[in-house]
Amino acid sequence: MHPPEPRLNPPGRLFGPSRFLNQRTVAALGLAGMLTAALSGCNTVVLDPAGDVARQQGDLVIVSVLLMLLIVIPVMAAVVIFAWRYRASNKDAKYEPDWDHSTQLELLIWTAPLLIIICLGAVTWTSTHLLDPYRTIGRIDHETPVAANAKPLEVQVVALDWKWLFIYPEQGIATVNELVVPAGRPLQFKITSSSVMNSFYVPAMAGQIYAMPGMETRLHAVMNETGKFEGFSANYSGAGFSNMRFATHSVDEAGFAKWVGEVKASGKQANTGQTADAPLPEAPAAPPLGGNLDRAAYLELEKPSEKVPVIRFATVAPDLYGAIVDMCVEPGKMCSSEMMAIDAHGGLGKAGIRNVSMLEYDKNGRQAGTDATASPDAAVRKELAWVRALCRQIPGSAPDGTIKAPTDMRSLNGAGLAAPQSIGLGQQEALAPDAAARPAHVSLNSRN
Amino acid sequence: MAIEAVDHSHWSPLLGRLWLDALPQEPIVLATFVVVALGGVALVAALTYFKLWGYLWKEWFTSVDHKKIGVMYMVLGLIMLLRGFADAVMMRIQQSIAFNGNEGYLNAHHYDQIFTAHGVIMIFFVAMPFVTGLMNYIVPLQIGARDVSFPFLNNFSFWMTTAGAVLVMMSLFIGEFAQTGWLAYPPLSNLAYSPWVGVDYYIWALQIAGVGTLLSGVNLIATIVKMRAPGMTMMRMPIFTWTSLCTNILIVAAFPVLTAVMSMLSLDRYLGFNFFSNDFGGSPMMYVNLIWIWGHPEVYILILPLFGVFSEVTATFCGKRLFGYSSMVYATLVITILSYLVWLHHFFTMGSGASVNSFFGITTMVISIPTGAKLFNWLFTMYRARIRYELPMMWTVAFMLTFTIGGMTGVMLAIPPADFVLHNSLFLIAHFHNVIIGGVLFGIFAAINFWWPKAFGFKLNQFWGKVSFWLWVPGFWVAFTPLYILGFMGVTRRMRVFDDPSIQIWFVIAAFGVVMIAGGIGAMLVQFAVSIWKREELKDETGDPWNGRTLEWATSSPPPEYNFAFTPIVHDIDAWEDMKRCGVERPTTGFRPIHMPKGTGTGIILAGLSTALGFAMIWYIWWLAAVSFVGILGYSIFHTFNYKRDYHIPVETVEATEAARTRQLAAAGA
Repeated sequence: MHPPEPRLNPPGRLFGPSRFLNQRTVAALGLAGMLTAALSGCNTVVLDPAGDVARQQGDLVIVSVLLMLLIVIPVMAAVVIFAWRYRASNKDAKYEPDWDHSTQLELLIWTAPLLIIICLGAVTWTSTHLLDPYRTIGRIDHETPVAANAKPLEVQVVALDWKWLFIYPEQGIATVNELVVPAGRPLQFKITSSSVMNSFYVPAMAGQIYAMPGMETRLHAVMNETGKFEGFSANYSGAGFSNMRFATHSVDEAGFAKWVGEVKASGKQANTGQTADAPLPEAPAAPPLGGNLDRAAYLELEKPSEKVPVIRFATVAPDLYGAIVDMCVEPGKMCSSEMMAIDAHGGLGKAGIRNVSMLEYDKNGRQAGTDATASPDAAVRKELAWVRALCRQIPGSAPDGTIKAPTDMRSLNGAGLAAPQSIGLGQQEALAPDAAARPAHVSLNSRN
Repeated sequence: MAIEAVDHSHWSPLLGRLWLDALPQEPIVLATFVVVALGGVALVAALTYFKLWGYLWKEWFTSVDHKKIGVMYMVLGLIMLLRGFADAVMMRIQQSIAFNGNEGYLNAHHYDQIFTAHGVIMIFFVAMPFVTGLMNYIVPLQIGARDVSFPFLNNFSFWMTTAGAVLVMMSLFIGEFAQTGWLAYPPLSNLAYSPWVGVDYYIWALQIAGVGTLLSGVNLIATIVKMRAPGMTMMRMPIFTWTSLCTNILIVAAFPVLTAVMSMLSLDRYLGFNFFSNDFGGSPMMYVNLIWIWGHPEVYILILPLFGVFSEVTATFCGKRLFGYSSMVYATLVITILSYLVWLHHFFTMGSGASVNSFFGITTMVISIPTGAKLFNWLFTMYRARIRYELPMMWTVAFMLTFTIGGMTGVMLAIPPADFVLHNSLFLIAHFHNVIIGGVLFGIFAAINFWWPKAFGFKLNQFWGKVSFWLWVPGFWVAFTPLYILGFMGVTRRMRVFDDPSIQIWFVIAAFGVVMIAGGIGAMLVQFAVSIWKREELKDETGDPWNGRTLEWATSSPPPEYNFAFTPIVHDIDAWEDMKRCGVERPTTGFRPIHMPKGTGTGIILAGLSTALGFAMIWYIWWLAAVSFVGILGYSIFHTFNYKRDYHIPVETVEATEAARTRQLAAAGA
């Protein structure tokens, strides 16, 4: 929570050093102050955030308002003035019932808004590119550029029904409903979801970005202040949506290292006592929550639950996040990248009909993963074996004996192909720093 | 806390999924059900007692008169407004008490249906019927026509829209409505995550109502293009007719997209297709794109006709020609075209690239230019005018002030980086209510007060109208300003419970605003009742109570069935004003029999069968689906053999009607 003290927006926050406008001029207009002052009684985190990215976004809100007020205020004033002055009872006012055209006025009413929109359009174009969430950040704040050798902290975010999983690949730990980040260090979020769309949003840090199953979105940000902040899903995702909140702790580097150490050491589920007091849902016998986050633990965690207290995992399977994005955590489930690779090489033709059941991810909806964990479906495993045999083209291996010697092995070897480069599939992506902004081939993840 | 799973897997050949678990379980719904059932029984009993069924069937339900259909659309919109507003009240109460661990009085299953139903009802079954009703009533009169191009189709369109509304209302008591938000984004709306009937109600209600909307769009385009009075060139059409034309072009171009996307969602849900599932290359984002390719033009479908209303009202009550007629027409056309180029601004936050986001952000801002030009045109119409502050003009001034703010917040949301922090927040909610209430609803109220005397022959009571106005307009600001502020505080939409007790006060203020709005709606109903009660005092004999400028004021109030005994000839944009100025004499002799379309029950029967089809599909009652589908086809074919589709109003009747009108005008001292 922010302290409730009223805080005026310092003029220096209106964009970086002389990026779009002279900040002092804008401040002199005093309107930003008025707007902020009017709202200073409340905790308007959007206009007064703790992270540099959110700050620039919040400043844009104010700049755009100021630009538009240039035309909105005169128009509204004119409406009121004309409405009063030309009331029927005022016989002194001029009355020209047939006056219906003026070229000068027409010119004015089309060009005045046009000029404002040209300014706003320029601001939009620049700021949209500079604040593209896929772009690595270039500055910690308006005075401090990011050091050339700085390595952002990567956090993999998974929206589950109805809680948030944060995986720290570098540290090899994971948490549920607790995001801890070091202040002053660039952050790189890779975001996905397990079942439906959510939106990952920490208003104090940076704008939101959707979390979508089978896809990965990204967000780059930095925290400039330490403290505890709110994070939540900003896109309705079903019954437990309202409680899909998590605490975001921004701490100093030492505090972060200490916290990582604690998580690693504890290895047990820990309740900070700050999020919720409710006991764990239907305390599962095995695999236990807390400790190691492997695929089985994930499938257990993935089951719908609400108001889940903070859970910490001392270790996490390195390939887990890739498997989540690829929708194949469940044993026997074909990864979507494999499926796409097969399809890209011409598909399996009629034979492919047989593998439908094992490919299905949504089939049990919110109960997904239940069966596979409890008793891995023998039938599904058989299907998998069948398709793999088919893919490897071992004559006689397919039960119906339909396999003939292929003319081109590549077209059928889908399952054996290397995964598409855009998803790590468990391996940490070793992207060159300059490529980290937005690799050209992420089309699989964000289809735009 | 574990999520309760309710087993709805029951299925029988006779009733499909329909079983006892479909009946209301929650006490609030149960109580509503009892009240509605009792009210329904009382209504049916009263209609029977007063022997009104025959009258309603003959004079209204089967009528193909565009005026009666227009009135029926307005009644539908009004009834559904009460339902949609009840949903709004329930949400506001829930959100103003659910703090500090208080779960409020609505569970997630109920609350999530309410906000979905609120959005669906307000857009599809309040705003759309109001807009369509207005266009239906006014356009033929404004262009000097006797009816629309396809009168039976008009009746059929109305009943299909009503059928959709009936399905939505049914979902309140039988089963459930969707818990997905009003646009039902997959994967949430797919069978895996919404397994029971809610989303199916949504799909079938929209599909059936969509048929009505689309056909009504075709009908009105044909009417405007082909049936204008001689002399009314395109650039002499009244602005309301212009905006109606553009709206209907938008409808015809946009609604098929909705139909297609709903069909694809149905295929996903019914036949295991994977258009929008997570699986097999299905793309939920494709759905989001498609639904907004319909959805964004839809908001212009709603607002454009009201821009027309404001133009008519401003010119009339300013006693002045509309400033910048051609500029107004071009602004409307530009908006029509641009409305197809902005849909992505509804999901900047889905990870599109910066160039894509910038493009759609800038096109969105560009729309504010023609919209701004319109505002300036109304403003300069007020310049050097003699403004009479009758109710329609009051609503218009309130609109100009309210809508300007709404437009400004809209442009703020059009800047992608700003949208990242405001998307899905209560700021967004405040914005679109600001333009939909401040634009569409205020416009409808202006229109109702403006054209009521035309439709019924008496003016609306001014006192209660002013009470309604002064409760509505400040009430709107009290209800939605807190939402703007909450948006800046990072509060997101569709929340059922809250953590932070410091924001509760804002929800309480918003709830107070809703109380004021409730007063406004109540006062409006009182206004209607009082006006009907005192209709003799409020009577308008002239047919032109406001000193109007367009052709609808040239005929009597209410207009005769045939609208105009002789087709008027148009020489100016403000045709009736021009006639009055030139002293055109109303013809009193030389009448001829008038060829008119004949009423038919086919529309209501087909819509009834469609309701049955929708209901059967929702509940998996396959035999009923088959029977009703065959019924629809069969009855449609049967209707093609109905050759008694028209009749002539005998010349004696026309003479008698017109003679009565002559006496009426003489008595009014004209």
